[in-house]
Amino acid sequence: MDLNSVPQDNSSTYGEMKKAIYASDEDGNIRSIGSSGWDAEEIVTKLAIDELENSKLEAYKEVKAGKKSPLYYYMFEQRMDLSVLSQSTGFFKWSIKRDFKPEIFKNISQKRLLVYCDVLGKQLEEIKELPKDSNG
Amino acid sequence: MGEFKHTHYAHCESGVMSSLLRHHGLQISEPMIFGLSNALNFAYIPFVKIGGMPLVSYRSIPKSIIKNIQKNLNIKMKLETFTSKEKGEIRLNELLEQNRVVGAQTSVYWLDYFPPEIRFHFNAHNLLVYAREGDEYLISDPVFDKSVRCARKSLQKARFAKGMMAPKGLLYYPIDVPKEIDLKPIIKKSIKKVAKYMLKTPIPIAGLAGIRYLSKSIKKLKNRDRKYAKLFLGNIVRMQEEIGTGGAGFRFMYASFLKEASEVFDENQTLAEASRLMLEVGDSWRDFALVVAKAIKSKKDIDYEMISDMLMHISKDEAKVYKKLLEFG
Repeated sequence: MDLNSVPQDNSSTYGEMKKAIYASDEDGNIRSIGSSGWDAEEIVTKLAIDELENSKLEAYKEVKAGKKSPLYYYMFEQRMDLSVLSQSTGFFKWSIKRDFKPEIFKNISQKRLLVYCDVLGKQLEEIKELPKDSNG
Repeated sequence: MGEFKHTHYAHCESGVMSSLLRHHGLQISEPMIFGLSNALNFAYIPFVKIGGMPLVSYRSIPKSIIKNIQKNLNIKMKLETFTSKEKGEIRLNELLEQNRVVGAQTSVYWLDYFPPEIRFHFNAHNLLVYAREGDEYLISDPVFDKSVRCARKSLQKARFAKGMMAPKGLLYYPIDVPKEIDLKPIIKKSIKKVAKYMLKTPIPIAGLAGIRYLSKSIKKLKNRDRKYAKLFLGNIVRMQEEIGTGGAGFRFMYASFLKEASEVFDENQTLAEASRLMLEVGDSWRDFALVVAKAIKSKKDIDYEMISDMLMHISKDEAKVYKKLLEFG
């Protein structure tokens, strides 16, 4: 790629940042240049974000309907899945799945809840309830 | 050592190392760091899932750049990890008071200065801390065009995130940097190593074999549902572009390394030609990304055969570069 072809597409997924891309000048020398975004990259990033957002909204509905515990929602809200939550807490996946059950989660030990709070960046009182809306 | 100066780089780990060594008086570019640490790679690991998608990587494993640069350039580094957040923070403050510029491993997710869109749970992001002002740290994050500030709490959370590749508060800094280094033998060795690995590694999921394997897996996507197929293809491109690779999954950066290497060897023609070929390979990776992005956006059926063939072609074109490089070494 030559320097002039480096895309400057102002991708929303870049926020205010620029990314350094290596490209060549007419003499074949290669150096890096700031890029404000690339449409192709924005499409695939957004696809991944939409997927996370959908999981979050679905989880919100399930918790609201009383099928799952708030922990289930906060896992997705914090862009995690069962694997990441298991790796982060050190808890077995099956034991986390148990905590997704509202009746089990209600009686969860304080010690275990604090581990979830730490990993998910939540306060004790916060994690026990759903936020008012799914963007909260 | 003069005042610290922030520089914008493509990739976090090679950027941090270039920045640290420059600060310690050794002028060395990011592509040179990348090349000399044998960091170029390809791996497609279907049984390791990240966010439900198989791991695709265009570089060697995290921390290998720091380790290989240390070894290959004979630089003495100090690496420290911590058993608690408190100890980790006290030590960082101590080092800053000694006017050190300190490398740190962090999770992108907790860094408050990142755009929310790209804050994912990735635990191997590298940055430099160069000062503290009250409850804020002054940070030179190589993938940002300007230096940034990060709240104390946020940095602490990022340094002590748990899970895969947990940073454990890792801090690192050079303690002995040679003033001058004879790059020639190191360049030779590194180029040979990468070229041989990419062409001949017996591991079927790595090197060019890994690209061919991925190409075959794409053909099989026609048996999966459309949503999965899109996420699978999108994931390949995200790893190629989104994660600070300098474009085309580090291929452009490696081309830059080869160009610089050709100059070290008095305008060596084989290396210059390999650099030119690698730029073309990079362009093909970008074409691949473009086709995938279009397929994701379009409502029409995805042409998996065509996308798969593109990767097969790329593996062949990359093979030419590595064969050329073996002529050199």
